Amino acid sequence: MNSIGKPFRLKHKSVIPGFGITMGFSLLYLSLLVLIPISMVFLNSSSMGLKTFWEAVSTERVLASLQVSFTTSFLAASVNVFFGVLFAWVLERYSFPGRRIIDGLIDLPFALPTAVAGISLTTLYAENGWIGRLFAPLGIKISYTPLGITLALIFISFPFVVRTVQPVLQSIDLEAEEAAACLGATRFQTFYKIIVPTLLPAIITGFALAFARALGEYGSVVFISGNMPMQTEITPLLIRTKLEQYDYAGGTAIAAVMLVISFLMLLFINLTQWWASSRDKA
Amino acid sequence: MAGSTHGRIIQDNQKKLNHSSGRNSSKAVEILLIGAVLFVFIIILIIPLISVFLKAFEQGAGVYIASITDRIALKAVRLTLITMGFAVVINTAFGLTVAWAVAKFKFKGKNLLVTFIDLPFAISPVVAGLIFVLLFSTTHGVTAPLLNAWGIKIIFAPPGIILATIFVTLPFVARELIPLMEAQGTAEEEAALTLGASGWKTFWFITLPNIKWALLYGVVLTVARAAGEFGAVSVVSGHIRGLTNTLPLHVEILYNEYKFSAAFAVASLLTIIAILNLVIKNISEWKINKQENT
Repeated sequence: MNSIGKPFRLKHKSVIPGFGITMGFSLLYLSLLVLIPISMVFLNSSSMGLKTFWEAVSTERVLASLQVSFTTSFLAASVNVFFGVLFAWVLERYSFPGRRIIDGLIDLPFALPTAVAGISLTTLYAENGWIGRLFAPLGIKISYTPLGITLALIFISFPFVVRTVQPVLQSIDLEAEEAAACLGATRFQTFYKIIVPTLLPAIITGFALAFARALGEYGSVVFISGNMPMQTEITPLLIRTKLEQYDYAGGTAIAAVMLVISFLMLLFINLTQWWASSRDKA
Repeated sequence: MAGSTHGRIIQDNQKKLNHSSGRNSSKAVEILLIGAVLFVFIIILIIPLISVFLKAFEQGAGVYIASITDRIALKAVRLTLITMGFAVVINTAFGLTVAWAVAKFKFKGKNLLVTFIDLPFAISPVVAGLIFVLLFSTTHGVTAPLLNAWGIKIIFAPPGIILATIFVTLPFVARELIPLMEAQGTAEEEAALTLGASGWKTFWFITLPNIKWALLYGVVLTVARAAGEFGAVSVVSGHIRGLTNTLPLHVEILYNEYKFSAAFAVASLLTIIAILNLVIKNISEWKINKQENT
């Protein structure tokens, strides 16, 4: 177990016991519960044959749902980059009454079940809802439109950018900022030339996490979107609809596309982390 | 504790420095930014939170109590609690085991293993439900012949709900423990082992006290997600009232039947779990910081 051949060691020697059993159990558990189930999607898709697969994922309705999902998720993640940097900055740099409460409640969207967020937001932003009512006279409908979807996605992915940017902002040296200020840079210039570049990896990671989460989100969107095919139907909902119509092959094919996108996002996030840590060392 | 006060003094000094060197506009910018944060915070997070409770009590306390003590609601509570129990026990066992293997040893492929643990976070809840349908559906699953021969029902039955919930909550405990245990290193365990403690004793008396707050927080996250999971459970549930409906699915049914007050009443139970989760999170974060600083 400890070594395969002399120069190549799978595991370093250690006095700590229990590697074999903990590693064995972990691998078995991950294989049974994660790897084998996920591979089912690809097995089922590949048994469909390329032509059927392509036909299943290139229908107008699927493409429209992907477009809705990507646009609303991108918008939501972008808005959250703006809010996230703002919140991280204010929470880390200023002290004001209520700061700790805000900091403690930032994670609410992670803790609150998505269905609860969904019905709450839908009711608030419906035409007769407390907030929707303010926009109705202007001719702006929020619930049951792509705007509503974006809003729900902003809510559920809100904490990501704040939580990735905050620790970096905490660890930044104020010296560089002070030096810039002493050299006559305006606050705005200091922010753009000194702070933004330092925060960039964290911002990109936060954006990617928010975007990935938004793409897969189902619970909150299903209530607020109105689920009109071709208009407000997101991809996870379309998979769900296909399954309800017993079109398992169609649903699985779309799921395979979603999984590949998820893997790419995960890879991208890991690469960003790696880039950030190698940049820090340099 | 000493470390954090020290940190605070430095921060305060830096703030003073900022102010004394600053321009007249900096105070205005500060007020403007704080105002913007408060505004966004209230609109995006607080109003939706409060409205759950206001809507729940819109038709009075009578309707509220009737909605949460309804027979079907109580069955949903029961199924949610059972699901939660399975998810917590199994994923805590997994989290502790995998964290021990990953954090206390050096081996090839560690990053890949950690990425595998993250997979359930990366994929859509609907896809998470689908993968178990593909495995265990009695009409379309690969194990259908076996399940039919033995008369076992997993999909559209509680076992499917439990499986899907275990899947989506798999990373929480592990993700809380791994970074902390990696940071704590192996010196204390090595000392205990050298002094003749058994491996099990070392874990129980050395490792566990060091990680208890992170472990608690991981469990709390698991509980919250298990109680609130919607997408994955919705795919495998089949929505049989009183049998395969968890609390979030019950909320959906009530809402779609236009029983809004009842839907929000049940939703308020889930919201209370969410708020408790945040409270425990903040306490355990504070305890972990304190631990690190002493």
